[in-house]
Amino acid sequence: MDTSLTPLVESLQARFGAQPAEFRGEVTLVLAPDQLIGAAQALRDEFGFKMMIDGTAVDYFPQTQPRFHLVYHLLNLDTNLILTLRVPVAGDDPHSPTLETVYPGANWYEREVWDLFGIRFDGHSDMRRIIMPPDWQGHPLRKDYPLHYEEVQFSFNADEINARKPYAKE
Amino acid sequence: MSELQNINVGEYGNLVSDRAVKGETLLLNMGPQHPSTHGVLRLLLELDGEIVVNCIPDIGFLHTGVEKTMEYKTFQQAEVLTDRLDYLYTIGNNLVYCLAVEKLLELDVPERAQAIRVILTELSRIQSHLIWIGTSALDLAAMSVFLYAMRERELILDVYEMVSGARMMTTYIRPGGLWRDVPSGFEAAVRHIVKEIPRRVDEYEALLTKNPIFLDRTVGIGKITTEDCLKWSIGGPVLRATGLAYDIRRARPYSGYEQYDFDIPTQPEGDIFARYKVRVEEMRQSVRIIEQALDKLPGGPVRSSNRKYIPPPRSEIGVSMEALIHHFKLWTSGFETPKGSVYTAIESPRGELGVFLESDGGAKPFRVHFRTPSFSNLQIMSLLSKGHFVADLVGIIGSLDIVLGDTDR
Repeated sequence: MDTSLTPLVESLQARFGAQPAEFRGEVTLVLAPDQLIGAAQALRDEFGFKMMIDGTAVDYFPQTQPRFHLVYHLLNLDTNLILTLRVPVAGDDPHSPTLETVYPGANWYEREVWDLFGIRFDGHSDMRRIIMPPDWQGHPLRKDYPLHYEEVQFSFNADEINARKPYAKE
Repeated sequence: MSELQNINVGEYGNLVSDRAVKGETLLLNMGPQHPSTHGVLRLLLELDGEIVVNCIPDIGFLHTGVEKTMEYKTFQQAEVLTDRLDYLYTIGNNLVYCLAVEKLLELDVPERAQAIRVILTELSRIQSHLIWIGTSALDLAAMSVFLYAMRERELILDVYEMVSGARMMTTYIRPGGLWRDVPSGFEAAVRHIVKEIPRRVDEYEALLTKNPIFLDRTVGIGKITTEDCLKWSIGGPVLRATGLAYDIRRARPYSGYEQYDFDIPTQPEGDIFARYKVRVEEMRQSVRIIEQALDKLPGGPVRSSNRKYIPPPRSEIGVSMEALIHHFKLWTSGFETPKGSVYTAIESPRGELGVFLESDGGAKPFRVHFRTPSFSNLQIMSLLSKGHFVADLVGIIGSLDIVLGDTDR
């Protein structure tokens, strides 16, 4: 880990219960959803992470607790360090507080996560779909959303898929 | 009447002003088939006469599900899709994806491959800026610049074709290096471009920089401050046109950018004209970088020799059993990757182009996310256009240099 990050990590561990991890030189802090806003505010105002460069999510289906991870990347323009925040989100009724209040730029990134993963952001100013049409059913980037409309049928799953198919009704 | 033409005020109730609900201001669609939206972009405008009260961008018309599709391809196959995102900076898209894969695998890239990557991405930047200067000037009714810019772009596309066989979707940069070494005429062709571009850029400037019509349409319009840029996650020329010299090539160097000497152009004003000045100067700086890279272009291999990840040369397959096995393994099941996630970013002509790549240990990416500059740039449309005329909108869109394939992915 970059030694200049050590005080930051220790401080966030003590104040917000952040769990640090490191992979390929990138520092990740795992935060509970209710600690996210406080931690982001501290990072912006005290540690100089003035810019949120990216926000997205990962789906770990069929795991349910937590099913999703929200992933935010924050940038410090003076030290050029990037910090990753990960927020585990449960699978049933997934929701998390919005980061829009701290970083206004999170607005569209969170709309995209809502659209493609179905994670709601509490307090978001404009929680509409952004990429998919407004009347779209489902959230395409979830792992249980099929890539193709037609699933490939084999003898072991043909009946199951047939039962789901939207055949014309009488 | 289709859904798009029939604007329902209720749906946008929290975004438009009360005056729109009362019917005092006009809600009007611009796009998705408007020629000045640089792709398929719909802007919902709230107008008071000719003044823009609010502008709500609606994106997603070019969504192709690239991120989803990549989860079903091996790491090598998935790279082909990256070309299709930002179709004006295809080589850069390849590069940022390959950098992410290389970071995940801890692969080293030979020096020669790195230098060629720099030359090609800088050519790509010039090419993208040429399209930008042509189309954004065309939007402001300066027709001839477009024709000249397209002429110079052709030289760069010829180089793409020379190295990869394709004029746009090259997939020439591969994880661990390049597809193959550059052909013999490469250096001469690039030297010709390097000689030609500065002179041509002077010509574009002669047509635009002191042109009173162009100045009327750009100076003081679409202003943004550095603080707002940081708040709204904006980088690249838009940020540099507010006076902050932040460039990823300098701040977080990749592919050996730390060895090249170049300036980061900035302008303090933050309006359309400042962005124009920054981009024009960037073309000259790119030429400087290419010249330096060509002068000290090292010899040697252009691909890593790690056979677990990089296919063996064709000549070895006939004589080495080992090479045959590696070749077979790599092109059927792909390579296994360590479990974990990485984020890499490069300086695209539009801003920070990043990739978030997560692997679960298999041969296919578990999750790929592209942090695209056009997406965040488009987010500030409402901020930039408030209080300006409808006619200025096309200038503002042009100055943000959006590519809708990049926005919608």
